Amino acid sequence: MKVVLQNLTKKFPGRDRKSRQEVVAVNHFSFEIPDGKLIGLLGPSGCGKSTTLNLLCGLLKPTEGRIFFGDDDVTELPPENRGVGMVFQNYALYPHLTVKQNILFPLQNLKGAQRPSKSEMLSRAQEAAKLVQIDELMERRPGELSGGQQQRVAIARALVKMPRILLMDEPLSNLDARLRLQTREEIRRIQRETGITTVFVTHDQDEAMSISDMIVVMDAGNIQQIGKPQEVYDDPVNLFVAKFLGTPPINVFRGRVQKNQLYIGQDAILDIQGVSDQEVTVGIRPEGFLLRKNGRLRCTLSGVEVMGRDISVVAAHPEGENSSVRAIISADSPVEVSGGEARFDVKPGKIFLFRRDTQERIYFQAE
Amino acid sequence: MEKQIDYVKIERAEKIRERVLKTVTYAALSFWALVVLFPFYWMVLTSVKSYGSYNAEHIPRLFTLSPTLQNYVDAFTTVSLARYFTNTVIFTVVTTGVMLVVTVLAAYAFARLEFRGKNLLFTLFLSLMMIPNELVIITNYVTITDFDLRNSFAGLILPSVTSVFYIYLLKENFEQVPDQLYYAAKVDGTSDLKYLWKVMIPICRPTIITITILKAIECWNSYVWPRLITDDEAYFLVSNGIQEIRENGFGRENIPAMMAAVVVISVPLIVLFLIFRRMIMAGVSRGGTKG
Amino acid sequence: MEKRSMKSWLYLLPAILFLAVFMVYPLIDVFIYSTEEGYNFASQTYYGVGPYNYSYVLHDPYFLMALKNTFILVVITVPLSTILALLISTGLNSIRPLKELFQTVYFLPYVTNTLAVGLVFMILFKKTAYTDGFVNLILNWFGHSSIDFIDGPYWAKMFVLCLYTVWVVMPFKILILTSALASVNQEYYNAARVDGTSRFRIFMRITLPMISPTLVYLIITGFIGAFKAYSDAVALFGTDLNAAEMNTIVGYVYDMLYGNSGGYPSYASAAAIILFAIVLTITCINLLVSRKHVHYF
Repeated sequence: MKVVLQNLTKKFPGRDRKSRQEVVAVNHFSFEIPDGKLIGLLGPSGCGKSTTLNLLCGLLKPTEGRIFFGDDDVTELPPENRGVGMVFQNYALYPHLTVKQNILFPLQNLKGAQRPSKSEMLSRAQEAAKLVQIDELMERRPGELSGGQQQRVAIARALVKMPRILLMDEPLSNLDARLRLQTREEIRRIQRETGITTVFVTHDQDEAMSISDMIVVMDAGNIQQIGKPQEVYDDPVNLFVAKFLGTPPINVFRGRVQKNQLYIGQDAILDIQGVSDQEVTVGIRPEGFLLRKNGRLRCTLSGVEVMGRDISVVAAHPEGENSSVRAIISADSPVEVSGGEARFDVKPGKIFLFRRDTQERIYFQAE
Repeated sequence: MEKQIDYVKIERAEKIRERVLKTVTYAALSFWALVVLFPFYWMVLTSVKSYGSYNAEHIPRLFTLSPTLQNYVDAFTTVSLARYFTNTVIFTVVTTGVMLVVTVLAAYAFARLEFRGKNLLFTLFLSLMMIPNELVIITNYVTITDFDLRNSFAGLILPSVTSVFYIYLLKENFEQVPDQLYYAAKVDGTSDLKYLWKVMIPICRPTIITITILKAIECWNSYVWPRLITDDEAYFLVSNGIQEIRENGFGRENIPAMMAAVVVISVPLIVLFLIFRRMIMAGVSRGGTKG
Repeated sequence: MEKRSMKSWLYLLPAILFLAVFMVYPLIDVFIYSTEEGYNFASQTYYGVGPYNYSYVLHDPYFLMALKNTFILVVITVPLSTILALLISTGLNSIRPLKELFQTVYFLPYVTNTLAVGLVFMILFKKTAYTDGFVNLILNWFGHSSIDFIDGPYWAKMFVLCLYTVWVVMPFKILILTSALASVNQEYYNAARVDGTSRFRIFMRITLPMISPTLVYLIITGFIGAFKAYSDAVALFGTDLNAAEMNTIVGYVYDMLYGNSGGYPSYASAAAIILFAIVLTITCINLLVSRKHVHYF
């Protein structure tokens, strides 16, 4: 099922009684989610991603704009008529019901012709349980399950009614680090097997990048960028997106463009074309550095961390926005540092320029 | 296209259902509010109707155009309402005060101090919580009579002091105060009593206020024990006073004056409640029962 | 160490003294009283020891009437007030504007003097030579003839007693249920709505099980409280409850102890112990039944 958001806006009345300033949680969102894809809504807390999810499932009504599932306008529909399945952040498993009763619950809500027979309900519940591999646990109570198992039950409960769309609110946030890796693969697998269009919300860019077909990066109620994870990473449209994606994060410097040269401090580090002379913000991905004896960017060396496959060179630069500059270098290449100085050249594809004022991306051609 | 129309219908039905439900809810809630408030309204209304006009109304009137305060004057002059009132204030203040001292000391011993047999003793205390007042009141009546304490404040107050439940409530709260504070105080050479006074009580003030208010309400409204133990009007509390007024005061039919007395008796607690509303409601939901 | 131990006992001394004199000793004593036959209060003498007091009480028509009245009161008011409080609390939790106002109003009866407001109920319901009273006025509007609720037929009096009892116990129940309902995680309701659960089903399958421990607590305390009914009846019908046919078990105990027919602590003790036995039995049954239906998490 294709999902279309048209000019979607949600305003909340302000908390502050005096000012009564409205809070715009979702600001004119328009995008299309293709059928059968896994979409990650990604952003820091308070960016409006959970609001968007609640608008999609119908728990909230938009202030403006429309939502379409396929060709159906569902904007004003109550949640129960939308045919969505939702996995809540804390799973919302009914603690007094067994796993089986929990999974059966949505089916028992159906009325009339839609209501399957008892045996059909049971077989559908069994099927859903099998899909998420909890068919051994059907008689247990949620309190007797681990976090990961509860998560699976919640997914099974959302899937059992064969929703048109599956929504997940921070599906991994309540799991420990090891389970998180495992479960995100699991979500990917289940989504592939069922082919249900799935939207999930996360603040963890790693999570979103690793399993999504498409990510929507959001900040302060505005969409920043939409695209395939790798594309967004390689081609961020502004400084926020560049900073938000990638671990370790991108290194940011104050720089300037002068006569087709990009300067950071006194060092002209790159020859570029197509950018007029101006102050800029420079972002360089950690893997974009090349450690060279006479590299053009001179930094003070703070330390070298060996991380197995890679080496991380930690340095400092007076024009750097953060106190340290981090460069990831393949362990094969020899690290030659002397006199407390690290000198780098940069890979042109891994360096981004942004306008100082609007933080918009400035495109350039490298020589 | 047909599907679209279907959705519009669902939307509209949902909206109507929502509105109907809201209306019904508000109507029902308002009705109950009326049921609760009406007796209060009636009591105030009757208390300002003059004796003559009240008795002339064969069909009760829902309002009055000529309110009078004469009934309040009568209530204080014809019967000893002022004395009942003073007695109740004395009874409430002293009982609550003694209860606080006893309760705080005992709760502190159970929560903080170490001594042999503590757990056994506390279990015994807890089991006393299940004993209904009706069982022990008989012997207490005999005891107080034997000590010749009927018609005295001592007789009224002494058996009303203890509240096992409040000791329990306060002990639980005291135990939440971190141990380190106690050890730190000990290192500084603070005595137990000073620690209790300077640290525990200020930290647990909300609970202490809660039990104070609950006990005060209980005292103000107590009826059974005072009725058993006093037959001299000089020691009547408001509950007994009101019963006395009903049966012997004013001449039976002076209902407006009776209602004036009822208003006077009810006002202090209502005012107390409106001031400490949140605290009282939180306190009652933690540890209150009626009666 | 001994010294510290001494000090602890010193802190406990007042509480122990009060409890020993006014709770533990009376508790033992009441059982002794209940077995002393022919106890004379004035001379403090008795003939012998035996079960006669119980037998007397159980054959006393006044006690049987009190027993009947109390059971009727319990059977009517406990379910009625619990269900009513549940409905009101549910309504209260579903609204936002005016919620606090309603809550405050509903709590008012808790802080009022039962005796005092009982008088107001009495004059609302009473029929005198001068006036039929406010309630009868309403009855007349609906074309019904006046009833004397205070000195009239048995069921009219019982109706007023039940009504007043419900009025008095509602604040506590509404307060407790409202906070129990509010503490159910909103996520459960959201999940149920997304799954298209009807309101009725949400209430039966999610809300009720979630608040079942609170409900059981309220039902148990409700039973205990209703069995001890007394001052409500006094407020409405005056101190001579036997004459009004509206006595309760607790009322019987006090009447035996003091008042017109008073001076018999032995009978009073026997009656009090019978009451305690009834309450204990009912509470145990409640706990046993609820164990099957309550979900503790």
